[in-house]
Amino acid sequence: MDTTKVIDWDKVGRDAQQKRIFTQLTFIIPVAVLFVMVILAIFAPLLAPYPYDQIAMSDRLMAPFFMDGGSTSHILGTDNMGRDILSRLIYGAQISLSVAVMVIAITAGIGTALGIVSGYIGGRTDAFLMRITDISLAFPAILIAILLAATIGPGYWTVVIALSFLGWAPYARLIRGEALKLREADFVAQARIIGTSPMRVMIRHIFPNIINPLIIMVTLSVGMVILTEAILSYLGAGIPAPAASWGNMVNDGRTYIDTAWWISFFPGAAIGLVVLAGNFLGDWLRDKLDPRLRQI
Amino acid sequence: MTRFIIVRVLQSFVALIGISILIFVLVRASGDPTDLYRTSMTSEEDIARIRHNLGLDKSIPEQYWIFVTGLAQGDLGESLVKHRPVTDMIMERLPNTLSLAVSSFFVSMLLALFLGILGATRRDTFLDNGVKFIAILGQALPGFWVAIMAILVFSVYWQIFPASGTGSFMHYVLPVGTMAFFLLPGMMRLVRSSMLDVLDSDYIKLARIKGLPDRIVIWKHALRNALIAPLTAAGMLFAMLITGAVVTEQVFAWPGIGRLMLEALWSRDFPIVQGVTLLVAVAVLLINLLVDILYAYIDPQIRYQQM
Repeated sequence: MDTTKVIDWDKVGRDAQQKRIFTQLTFIIPVAVLFVMVILAIFAPLLAPYPYDQIAMSDRLMAPFFMDGGSTSHILGTDNMGRDILSRLIYGAQISLSVAVMVIAITAGIGTALGIVSGYIGGRTDAFLMRITDISLAFPAILIAILLAATIGPGYWTVVIALSFLGWAPYARLIRGEALKLREADFVAQARIIGTSPMRVMIRHIFPNIINPLIIMVTLSVGMVILTEAILSYLGAGIPAPAASWGNMVNDGRTYIDTAWWISFFPGAAIGLVVLAGNFLGDWLRDKLDPRLRQI
Repeated sequence: MTRFIIVRVLQSFVALIGISILIFVLVRASGDPTDLYRTSMTSEEDIARIRHNLGLDKSIPEQYWIFVTGLAQGDLGESLVKHRPVTDMIMERLPNTLSLAVSSFFVSMLLALFLGILGATRRDTFLDNGVKFIAILGQALPGFWVAIMAILVFSVYWQIFPASGTGSFMHYVLPVGTMAFFLLPGMMRLVRSSMLDVLDSDYIKLARIKGLPDRIVIWKHALRNALIAPLTAAGMLFAMLITGAVVTEQVFAWPGIGRLMLEALWSRDFPIVQGVTLLVAVAVLLINLLVDILYAYIDPQIRYQQM
């Protein structure tokens, strides 16, 4: 299908250089975005110009500063209750980030433990655990969240429990695959031969060798968790008002979309930016640490 | 093969029992349902009578048995707010959700096939990068926000499509578009990566050496095998479809079961939430079962492995 190609070596060099710069950017920009988010979350009370729940009915629905009728006292405008959008965005970073950290700590912990046990022990244990994993993978997390919110009421911990309830499954699936490969490795066989207990083999020999895929998975799930929390808060099954969660801020603006687009626009853009950063960083790490996984 | 199917059906059945126990326990853990009836006027005798009517004075295993036999007969209980059978309420709304989900599924599957194959066959070109860019954006931007921005552009400024409701074809455009945006990235990635794998295989190289035109190699020989991989992800696609439907129905006030469930959540109408969850759970199990059987039928290695 090709005719003979004449290779232009100058172009090859240029392309490679462009690609290298691009790859570096896909690392630097996401790290910068996530770093800013962490700083905003930690120092929210110092950085936010107003408290997140300060209602000022005289200032309601004020436009951002770059539009007609906007002022620099509320840079990104105010919502339907006169609350400062920028301040709520900054506090929102706190909620998104802390939910992500909690959920990932729980799911990565449980998923890794189950994955290693399943892959290393094998047999019926493996078959049983993987069946549960399959079902958990196919079950929509937001249904569990709505079910929990309806029984124990919406709130921070409801969100964390709901997202953790099924969130361990992708970890278990990935780690099990890695453990399955490692089980056949020579160093594991040798450890077994000298009488190392299965527990010790799993902790000292298998675990250190699955850390790379684990790190990649953790990074890639940051965006996923933040996105799901936003969906839940948007639906009213997540973090309830007056807390400033990006998801419920978008929901506040739904009614005012024809007059005050900025209420919904900025928090949604913030979610998109952070999720994008998490996904790019995850992809970058995957290319660096574990090129075999590139296709997934 | 028969043995394989029997084992799988039994496993699904066990999983279903597990899920019903889980939901049953959740209901008990959420507090005493008689609290909903309690006012300053209710006496202890009234409460006792309500407990008796609801069957709460029986033992826990007995209560579970009543719950499960009801389920088996399609009885999902009664709404606490509307006092109507939950099954009827779900059935009224189900067609709306199905029409939205099915049309979105086909639109996004067609687009995913087209774009995924385009990306795979023209790897690392401008087109491929464009396809990847759409996929990256689609996975990062929140669907509900994209939908609201679409309302801002198409309903508020240009006033082409209505922002809510059902009925005409025009009502479908924005909701289906939103769901397609939600479903497309995952599907596209699957098609693209499985197509890349297949294109690399020997039989495709042979077909090319044989001198078959590109069009036939890709759309006839490669596509068939490339479609097997996305099949295994059908369960995950279904989960995405449900999530997409709940979100989309909420944004566009679409009267489907997702919206029904959310309305029930806000009014604390637990039996409806429970009913929809159970319905979806059954669907999830059925789909997994079908995919497993279909997959074992296509690829005999799996059958022997599992036995």
